Amino acid sequence: MFRQYLDKIAGVGIYPMFSLIVFFLFFITLIVYVTKADKKEMDHHSQLPLQSNEDPNT
Amino acid sequence: MTIEKFSYDNRIVRNFAVATMVWGIVGMLVGLIAALQIPFPGLNYGPLLTFGRIRPIHTNAIIFAFVGNGIFMGLYYSLQRLCKARMFNDVLSKLHFWLWQSIIVLAALTLITGHTTGKEYAELEWPIDILIAVVWVIFGVNMFGTIIKRRERHLYVAIWFYIATVITVAVLHIVNSIEIPVSILKSYSVYAGVQDALVQWWYGHNAVAFFLTTPYLGLMYYFVPKAANRPVYSYRLSIIHFWALIFLYIWAGPHHLLYTALPDWAQSLGTVFSIMLIAPSWGGMINGLLTLRGAWDKVREDVVLKFMVVAITAYGMATFEGPMLSLKSVNAISHFTDWTIAHVHIGGLGWNGMLTFGILYWLIPRIFQTKLYSVKMASFHFWIATLGILFYTVPMYWAGFTQYFMWQEFTPDGVLRYPNFLETVTQLMPMYKLRAFGGFLYLSGTIVMVYNLAKTMIAGTLLAEEPAEAPALEKLTVEPTGHWHRWIERRPVQMLLLTTILILIGGMVEMIPTFMIKSNIPTIASVKPYTPLELQGRDIYIREGCYTCHSQMVRPFRHETERYGEYAKAGEFIYDHPFQWGSKRTGPDLLREGGKYPNVWHYNHMIDPRTMSPGSIMPAYEFLSENNLDTASTPAKIRAMITLGVPYSAGYDKQANTDLMTQANSIAADLKTNGAPIESNKELVALIAYLQRLGIDIKAEKIVGAN
Repeated sequence: MFRQYLDKIAGVGIYPMFSLIVFFLFFITLIVYVTKADKKEMDHHSQLPLQSNEDPNT
Repeated sequence: MTIEKFSYDNRIVRNFAVATMVWGIVGMLVGLIAALQIPFPGLNYGPLLTFGRIRPIHTNAIIFAFVGNGIFMGLYYSLQRLCKARMFNDVLSKLHFWLWQSIIVLAALTLITGHTTGKEYAELEWPIDILIAVVWVIFGVNMFGTIIKRRERHLYVAIWFYIATVITVAVLHIVNSIEIPVSILKSYSVYAGVQDALVQWWYGHNAVAFFLTTPYLGLMYYFVPKAANRPVYSYRLSIIHFWALIFLYIWAGPHHLLYTALPDWAQSLGTVFSIMLIAPSWGGMINGLLTLRGAWDKVREDVVLKFMVVAITAYGMATFEGPMLSLKSVNAISHFTDWTIAHVHIGGLGWNGMLTFGILYWLIPRIFQTKLYSVKMASFHFWIATLGILFYTVPMYWAGFTQYFMWQEFTPDGVLRYPNFLETVTQLMPMYKLRAFGGFLYLSGTIVMVYNLAKTMIAGTLLAEEPAEAPALEKLTVEPTGHWHRWIERRPVQMLLLTTILILIGGMVEMIPTFMIKSNIPTIASVKPYTPLELQGRDIYIREGCYTCHSQMVRPFRHETERYGEYAKAGEFIYDHPFQWGSKRTGPDLLREGGKYPNVWHYNHMIDPRTMSPGSIMPAYEFLSENNLDTASTPAKIRAMITLGVPYSAGYDKQANTDLMTQANSIAADLKTNGAPIESNKELVALIAYLQRLGIDIKAEKIVGAN
């Protein structure tokens, strides 16, 4: 409720703007990566807690 | 390739599991006492067992003792298996365990005796804060040591959540706990007023995120697939879930504070984005629930899965409710009412509690190489705990709405329909009783669980050293070609550094405006530092935890200015180390309390609140009229305040006690003429001085302005 005092700081808008842009770009990159990720690799990773006895070096 | 033989340390897991159960019972029992003290104020036994001291013990016990030990139990079990390695160092594990338990004991002892910083969920005094930091480093070293000597190349998503937890909790704890010691068990926050509030709720918001959420999500991603014996529904979704959470909280979390400073297009983008972001958090919930796809028949039979399903559902409810509560119009209702209490208990009882129980029921029989003593009892626990959650939260939601609508109702003539705050409290008594009943059900279930698991432990024998074998991890001679993310997923040190950099930049982006705000708060000429007596009185106010029920924050709403007076200005709080805005109004706001009633009213009200306000549920504080004020501490307190920039004249610390006695004598004399004789050196006199000061400066400003 005291945001008007934050507004008075000169150039304060840069902080939320910076975070918004970083956030946005990071997210888009992440989503692109995740959708393109290799299915076999994803399956292997998701099996990790189930104690698969696969060779970790592959 | 050589197969290496080693063993998993189950003893440390057992120790943390027992601690989780013991502190769970303690924390919930203290919570039940606090819940009963509201409808039955006779249950307050001052000075040690008043609501103001009990409530911080409850919150700290549940967060740091029950959930804390729950995190370590699940983490020490899953990390060893996911890394195919024993914990890095047994001595560090033991140190971590015993030091954490001693912190809890110290916390309980100091809080019950009134040693508190007065900042919610960060109430512990500075020596304990330092001890927490030390233990956290020990834990971090032990965890990273294990990750580094692992025998599995890939770091499973649960481990990412653990890494984020370790780093972020350290940063939050250190930044919020910067304080100036006055004595061995007393300190003042270096931040004041608005700034202190911003730092504190940056901490509070992210503590919920990184102590109650991320580590438990790590546990969910390990134990739900284990219990269901099938992999997580979508590993891709879990990657998005992880990064979304890290960014959501540290980067974008309380940033709505700043949104007015953004250009329009960015605000629109921000709004769209916020809505989009419900997807990854709900993605996490859906990911957990869909792990059980094709296995829902198991949920009917397997009590572990039942607990986990309710836990994940509660996570979904709480994370939907959270963003809604940040909407201004919704927040106007929820803030200061029992709605907030309902919301946090969906999280606490539902998400943290039920997931902990599920993990305990799964884990204990396994490390004790036996079957659960009684499945029937566990089933009973499940149902009584679920009922307990309903009996707890539904009345609290009801109470929250009821109280808000009573607060803001005006008659057609334009005056408050319920001008007496007490009316809005007595109305809620049936709800408070039902809530206590819900808490009682939940606690009973936990007791049944502890009995059941104790029987299980006695029947089995602990497999302290669980044998395991795995091929050693070979050094990669050729870098696998692949995406950057795959690269980072295999490198814990780089992952640690990247996460640290990310949260530090994010933290800085959020905190820099907070640190700049001090010079941007317009000062109000009539706002002066507290007199020594008022300062001592304020410390008594903090010690007794008055802020657990009374806010000092009048919002700019018509019904609040009508009820309490002028709305709060940032410039009023510049000498408040720490701020005392509070977060819940079980009693009325006190920001404009000064001068509302004569001294003798406060005297009688403190000795027995019900003589002045029949039906009041406030604890009686007659012991304050017997305790001598500790004037020996005055000079040190004044010096600390001078260090913090409060403009007392140089050398005032030597004169302070003379001024203190002059003011105390005049209050005592006034009380005497009004038929309430009290010696001027009693704590109650200082407290009255403080209460009579609240809001006075602003009133003086008006008079000056009128002239």
